[in-house]
Amino acid sequence: MDIRLDAINHFYGKTEILKDITIDIPSGKIVCLVGPSGCGKSTLLRFAGGLEKPTSGRVLQLGEPPEGCLNTLTYVFQDFALLPWRSVRGNISLVLEDHGIRGTKADAIITDVLARTRLTDFDKALPKQLSGGMKQRVAIARALAVNPAVLLMDEPLSALDSQTRELLMDDLVTLWTRTPFTALYVTHNLAEAVRLGHRVVVLSRRPGRIREIVEIDKPLAERGYADADLEIIQKHLWDLMRDEARAAEEELIDV
Amino acid sequence: MSDTAFANTPLAEETRQSEVRFRGGGFAPRNRRWVGFVVFAVLIGLAEIGTRTGFISNLTLPRPSDVLETIVQLYQSGLLFKHLVPSLTRLVVGAALGASIGISVGVMVGLFSYVRAGLVPLLAALFPIPKIALLPLFVIWFGIDEGSKYALIAFGTFTPTAVATYSAVDNVDRSLIRMGQSFGLSWFSIVRKIVLPGAMPGILSGLRISLAIAIILLVAAEMLGAQYGIGAYILEAGSLYDLERLFAGVVILSLLGVLVSTVIGIIERRLLGWRT
Repeated sequence: MDIRLDAINHFYGKTEILKDITIDIPSGKIVCLVGPSGCGKSTLLRFAGGLEKPTSGRVLQLGEPPEGCLNTLTYVFQDFALLPWRSVRGNISLVLEDHGIRGTKADAIITDVLARTRLTDFDKALPKQLSGGMKQRVAIARALAVNPAVLLMDEPLSALDSQTRELLMDDLVTLWTRTPFTALYVTHNLAEAVRLGHRVVVLSRRPGRIREIVEIDKPLAERGYADADLEIIQKHLWDLMRDEARAAEEELIDV
Repeated sequence: MSDTAFANTPLAEETRQSEVRFRGGGFAPRNRRWVGFVVFAVLIGLAEIGTRTGFISNLTLPRPSDVLETIVQLYQSGLLFKHLVPSLTRLVVGAALGASIGISVGVMVGLFSYVRAGLVPLLAALFPIPKIALLPLFVIWFGIDEGSKYALIAFGTFTPTAVATYSAVDNVDRSLIRMGQSFGLSWFSIVRKIVLPGAMPGILSGLRISLAIAIILLVAAEMLGAQYGIGAYILEAGSLYDLERLFAGVVILSLLGVLVSTVIGIIERRLLGWRT
């Protein structure tokens, strides 16, 4: 199933946040959304999953969601959003319970996603016992459990330290290589964007407009840490954003 | 100086050395349970010594050992349970009524804008009313027997519980609720699995206060028209200036308070083990 953001405009009061955004997210690809802070990229992600409504424009699902899909558009949040009173297993079973999946059927799904995120031994742990990286892996496992058509990832690695971030990027690449998933991936970290994105959409400062769409052809599995090809693309992205990022940084917040 | 010559930069070892002073202590309460007992023991010990030596006259303060003796006599005569059972029944029934209505109302206020707009001013108006002042009214409404006592205790526990509950619901992490919505959880599931457990810490600390208030109101209710009960016992002793029995009653009330607080502590430890 593909997803299309179609001519999205958005205002907060009189302030224009997003202007004429059209993005296609083809099935089985990861589209990264980068831009200076406050450009509305997270807002755009909330539109994509129906958590907020744009002033004008539509979000379209093209085609049928895959079979066995419980939650077509599934988020992975920056702050993990795990229930602290539920164990790792309980947090995953939370999203299955409402679909009437319990008992052995739920166990099979949970065991599978835990294995895919290398968390099998930690299923009884509480979130407070886990490191940031493991928490995010639990959140990813939870997202995979509902077999989503599109993953909407809101700066999933931004709350982690840089080493954990590298490790988790490898994990995401492995996950994708094994079973390609579709994702809209919002980040402000250009290294993540060039590592994980098949396509990188650069937004401008507020009001957010599409400045450039960069396609990266190199297969995910062949991209690595400090990859020379990626460095060039990353530098290009940074050149696009640098001045705006500085201007955005120096802006006063008045909301 | 060039910044490459790090290895050649000498430390000023020859000059006066002084160790960096530690200044990060304190502000981290730790569990020192025995201190509480020591404070009790010292105070009671002082009272005992004072009354024995005559430094404190028997009219000022009864001798702690005499108070203990009075409690033992009360127990042996079987009167203790005759007073304690009705008191505990009133406390349990009244507090259970008030707390459960308070929690339900608090959750509704926390969840629905209209209920909030309608009830928050009402709660603010009810909260500062000294509930004891309403006892005559409750007697007219619910009769002189148990009914008015249940109502008074229930009403007294209701307001603090409701206020604590709705602010606890307000404080539930919104990002968890968004998460629930984004996974397509039903409204009811979100309330039951995310809002209620998330509000539990606040609800329980509210209950700590409400139940202490319930004990205060229990005594107040029993001072007005009850034959048996700790409150009636204290009132009777007080009107006779029988300080030993007065203090015996007060000690029983204190123990009741400690018991309630301990029970809530146990519930907190079992239910809120997930907190960091």
